[in-house]
Amino acid sequence: MGQKNDSIATYDYGIVKMFSVMSIAYAVVGFLVGIILALELAFPELNGGIPYISFGRLRPLHTSAVIFAFGGSVLFATTYYVVQRTCRARLFSDFLSKLTFWGWNLIVVLVVVTYPLGLSQGMEYAEMIWPIDLLIVVVWVAYFINFVGTLAKRKDQHIFVANWFFLAFIITVALLHIINNLAVPVSITASYPVWSGVQSAMIQWWYGHNAVGFFLTAAFLGMMYYFVPKQAERPIYSYRLSIVHFWSLVFLYIWAGPHHLHYTALPDWAGTLGATFSIMLLLPSWGGMINGIMTLSGAWHKLRTDPILRFFIISLSFYGMSTFEGPMMAIKEVNALSHYTDWTVGHVHSGALGWVAMVSFASLYHMIPKLWGTTIHSVKLINLHFWLATVGVVIYIVAMWISGVMQGLMWRAYDDFGNLTYSFAETVAAMHPYYFIRAIGGIVFLLGALVMVYNIYMTISTAKDRPVVAA
Amino acid sequence: MKHETIEKSIPLMAILTFVVVLIGGIVEIVPLFYIESTIEKVEGMRPYTPLELRGQDIYIREGCYNCHSQMIRPFRDEQERYGHYSLAAESMYDHPFQWGSKRTGPDLARVGGKYSNLWHQAHMKNPRDMVPESVMPAYPWLVENDLEYGNITKRMEVLQLVGVPYSKEQIENAVADLKAQAIPDSDSDALLARYGEKVTLQNFDGEPARITELDAIVAYLQVLGTMVDFSSYQAQAR
Repeated sequence: MGQKNDSIATYDYGIVKMFSVMSIAYAVVGFLVGIILALELAFPELNGGIPYISFGRLRPLHTSAVIFAFGGSVLFATTYYVVQRTCRARLFSDFLSKLTFWGWNLIVVLVVVTYPLGLSQGMEYAEMIWPIDLLIVVVWVAYFINFVGTLAKRKDQHIFVANWFFLAFIITVALLHIINNLAVPVSITASYPVWSGVQSAMIQWWYGHNAVGFFLTAAFLGMMYYFVPKQAERPIYSYRLSIVHFWSLVFLYIWAGPHHLHYTALPDWAGTLGATFSIMLLLPSWGGMINGIMTLSGAWHKLRTDPILRFFIISLSFYGMSTFEGPMMAIKEVNALSHYTDWTVGHVHSGALGWVAMVSFASLYHMIPKLWGTTIHSVKLINLHFWLATVGVVIYIVAMWISGVMQGLMWRAYDDFGNLTYSFAETVAAMHPYYFIRAIGGIVFLLGALVMVYNIYMTISTAKDRPVVAA
Repeated sequence: MKHETIEKSIPLMAILTFVVVLIGGIVEIVPLFYIESTIEKVEGMRPYTPLELRGQDIYIREGCYNCHSQMIRPFRDEQERYGHYSLAAESMYDHPFQWGSKRTGPDLARVGGKYSNLWHQAHMKNPRDMVPESVMPAYPWLVENDLEYGNITKRMEVLQLVGVPYSKEQIENAVADLKAQAIPDSDSDALLARYGEKVTLQNFDGEPARITELDAIVAYLQVLGTMVDFSSYQAQAR
């Protein structure tokens, strides 16, 4: 009986498969839109006078496609996979699973239609108009019930570490989403937020920073806590560290938002709090990184032969790097230079491409063969993807570091007579080569993703030729 | 309490997480609704006229905030480049705030009055005609599209509901005021009486017979940062 519960037949792998495949499709779309945007900055005539693909309308589509469509689908896929395996139970409700899948994809379709039409709330990462916001609430409640319902069916008394992170992510994102999007409708497509001015700014960045903190960090750390030990075939480095890491991360992250608003009309004390907590946040962030990387102790040799593990380790390295860079940029004096420049854009992408996308790729490479009861089509192609992705990210962030720091310095440069040395237009002209180099970085990263598409397609379509007997 | 107790109970885990997450937000957000510097009213601040409001709607529709900030920091170079640093009160009627986070283009917090309407018309048609280095897309459709203002009254009612102090009179006359501001030779005394003498009445879009989206967005850009008179604000503060 007990053995039967562990078999693949008990789990709902169908829903995990659906989300996995969609996540790869959305990754390609999200990266592609990013490249178009990068090229539009380098060549401003590129939109050909077409409103629907002008930079201002397309940029929210890029951010939402990568965060919510790609990142969201990866999270649905992996949380549904991990919660079933760690609780040794089927998902709570097949109906709710289906509801989250079709609901989430409907949201993505609505976003893809509305943003180019210019239907937007005008808040970064929360541009969705109010009917879409409501739909998100419905799907999220279904997700919460489905996840907690599955947890309740667990065979062990203890809740597995990864599931703490997933639970915190689901609860916090609900809170942030609802408070930040409170609005009064004007029509079916238009509304005005209840918050204005400085309060609106603070709430937006409380939301915005913790969309990073909980959607793109806590949840992906949950993935790390399951998949890294699995792939390395080693237990997690320190259980005690996971406890300390979890609670400190959850407590500290939420305070960090105001570092997006240094030297603005937001009162100084709020910015100081934001900066202080951002710096403290370095400790739990690195706690997580250390816990992940040190899990390989005694198994380092596997890095030579296993490109999936290499993907995990480089993603954790990028995580460590960008969670060091972030607190540095939260220091007021550094922020005075970096804010409003491409440095911020580079920082976001070292996190989003280096950490989030890479740990997602690794998890999908680990998970997909297991879902289809097969082995990967080509390990060599994973290795190729690894190198394309790594080189792409590095090109991207180096270009943005240079252009960001340069732009910040040019804005504040004075000549010998006490006049501003550069007009704003001159600083824009200086950015041009770096905008182009950034686009190349993005293209290389996308090529890697296309290699993945091919490899995964071959893996799935020829799964029957390489059956794996369930252990 | 041992951690073992927490990690064996879903309700305990969920509630504790929720409480821990709540603290930071409460401490940082709630005071902003009460302390003086974030709720003070500064002389000169008024709600947008109907035309300016539609301009802000278009500003948001086109995603201008993705590349332009509206928040001048108190640094010497920024004040020389853009003007007096921004006050909290200056965005108090912005639902949502338009401070932005990136300056691919320059800050616009005080762009009002810096350039002529003619400059804006040419710049929107093709930015590179006015600024050769610019990477801003062209917005030729703004002058082609007639401005929709069918629901302007509803819009102002909603804003009133969320705290913008539009008077009953202002809301009732929204359509008339919108037309009066965009068509230069129309009778505009009533508009000035309702929104103040400083309101600019111009042919913003170079199309005297029509009210276009360009009218609205230029009217909005031309009012940005001009409401507060800083010679008297300084006197007030010090």
